[in-house]
Amino acid sequence: MTKKQKKMLIRIVVSAVLMIVLGLLPIEGWLRFFLYLIPYLIIGYDILIKAGKGILRRQIFDENFLMALATIGAMIIGIVDSGDYVEAIAVMLFYQIGELFQSYAVGKSRKNISELMDIRPDYANIEKDGTLLQVDPDEVEVETVIIVQPGEKIPIDGIVLEGRSSLNTSALTGESLPRDVKENDEVISGCINMTGVLKIRTTKEFGESTASKILDLVENASSRKSRSEAFISRFAKIYTPAVCACALALAVFPPLVNLLLSNPAGWSIWIYRALTFLVASCPCALVISVPLSFFAGIGGASKEGVLVKGSNYLEALSQTRYVVFDKTGTLTQGVFEVSAIHHNELPEDKLLEYAAHAESASSHPIAQSLQRAYGKELDRSRVSDVQEISGNGVIAKVDGRIVAAGNGKLMKRLGVVYSDCHKVGTVIHIAIDNEYAGHIVISDMLKPTSAKAMAELKKSGIQKTVMLTGDAKAVAEQVADSLGIDTVCSELLPGDKVAKVEELLEAKPVKAKLAFVGDGINDAPVLSRADIGIAMGAMGSDAAIEAADIVLMDDDPMKISKAIKISRKCLGIVHQNIVFAIAVKVLSLILVAFGLANMWIAIFADVGVMILAVLNAIRALFVKKL
Amino acid sequence: MKKTYKIEVDCANCANKMEDAAKKTAGVQNATVNFMTQKMIVEFEEGADVDSVMKAVLKNCKKVEDDCEIYL
Repeated sequence: MTKKQKKMLIRIVVSAVLMIVLGLLPIEGWLRFFLYLIPYLIIGYDILIKAGKGILRRQIFDENFLMALATIGAMIIGIVDSGDYVEAIAVMLFYQIGELFQSYAVGKSRKNISELMDIRPDYANIEKDGTLLQVDPDEVEVETVIIVQPGEKIPIDGIVLEGRSSLNTSALTGESLPRDVKENDEVISGCINMTGVLKIRTTKEFGESTASKILDLVENASSRKSRSEAFISRFAKIYTPAVCACALALAVFPPLVNLLLSNPAGWSIWIYRALTFLVASCPCALVISVPLSFFAGIGGASKEGVLVKGSNYLEALSQTRYVVFDKTGTLTQGVFEVSAIHHNELPEDKLLEYAAHAESASSHPIAQSLQRAYGKELDRSRVSDVQEISGNGVIAKVDGRIVAAGNGKLMKRLGVVYSDCHKVGTVIHIAIDNEYAGHIVISDMLKPTSAKAMAELKKSGIQKTVMLTGDAKAVAEQVADSLGIDTVCSELLPGDKVAKVEELLEAKPVKAKLAFVGDGINDAPVLSRADIGIAMGAMGSDAAIEAADIVLMDDDPMKISKAIKISRKCLGIVHQNIVFAIAVKVLSLILVAFGLANMWIAIFADVGVMILAVLNAIRALFVKKL
Repeated sequence: MKKTYKIEVDCANCANKMEDAAKKTAGVQNATVNFMTQKMIVEFEEGADVDSVMKAVLKNCKKVEDDCEIYL
């Protein structure tokens, strides 16, 4: 509790005790009024002052004004009519308890959510004359060597100079498996070093490091307001004057009608009802719960490695019906791997061994993937007379045998009869001593979770999935088929992707939103053109963080459906709160207008709705099991 | 130009009022109040004097909500 809150608690306790004690004393007349005035002023003086100031500044329609008007009215009715002053004090008391609870609950949840996002490093260790010195990470320059001990957060992005360790990246990615790092690996700030001491050469300033960027992004996210929030602001603006007008009508018209019908006017009854009406009308629950829900939703998402840049994007994401994917790096790993070996007489591994050795002099990605698939150290001394034929392949002597590895053209050139492959990808034919030995197929591997991610998206109500790629038609269609993607557009130039997305945007209904998912490397224009741009694999990639509206920290496509589920849950809570708060408000206003509820019930309804709405909003934080 | 200020305000509705007041101040192009993080982000018009504009913003905010603070 803050100082302010403690002071308020004391005021509440003191005036409540005084009120109860006075209730036991048999005092009548003006003395009774003055005695009751003491607890009233203790609990309500600040509201009276604020209301007074508001009137001076012609800002009359606020809750202070409502509370002051209602309770002063109740006191006056007490003087002229019933001698009951408890009501005014109790109303003020409940109102203050509600306010106190609100500020406490909001402060508490604000702190909880901020703690979730606690990746801010407090210090960096620098070695100086053999001792470790803790310094402010802001003061560490680029190319400084810092030391991170087990249990500490990596403060600044950099490259490991010395040491091996496992890093806990869960605060950044939501991924609980630790990541192993060794010398020359890049590490990013915000990860927790778990096992060994790391010596790191920094490559960025603190302000430019991943942790700082993410914090900045998430903290400013709730400043981009959603349409729901704008609706609430507009609603509150017309609501208060409207309620005041209704209250005035309630106070004046029924008595006048009574007078006209020559019945007793019943002024005090109707004025009391009007005042109760005012008390019941406070729009707090609504105004507080909506931004709190979004704040909690964004906080929960960031815990799962999904960074949302604004409440408006979370809202748009929940309405997504079309998801457009980039292929390479998004659905596939973007790394070429040997996917099949079709051999003739030589055993499979022998074929691979020859191919890898023949290509050992080349730095082409295909050569590298062959070497990776071979897996053992290459013995260059076995290779001689390497002859590279550009656009065709390689001919080299391996263990004294002439090995030719390349495409169909090379085989034709050598006069070797080869068989085509039914598999999609880049095919490397191999001939040994001018005899066909088989072929190896190299293709971009799908991410292991891509197919499951597509199924999940369909399950969560996505109407259409589209894949855009610059790749060849056959490859694109094979990928789309195996993943269950609805539409494929292949052989696109980067500019065509924007045009395709614009076409899709034109064709869809306005309410259904279109999300584009890319790896953020060369699709920034598409990311910004789509309703929602989602960049994945953003660990350490500034470009992606800049261009996208939603950033997935790791490159798991499952996170897309997760993000959509989080947004749906959050928006569901927002709508529940709006409907619930307005419904209870309207109901209690009607009850009050017909004299079925007194001021106590009115204030209870108000505080109760607010507490429930705040608790409901906090639910948006729990998204782990979605 | 955009600047962020730390603020102190107790209720969400008051934060909305502050935002309105700040938006209407001369020299301010746009303003957002973030009740959750207790921050005000002010976008100034070109050539506006930040210090004097912010004093006016504070004054206008105090007008609509007495119990608020902007840490300039």
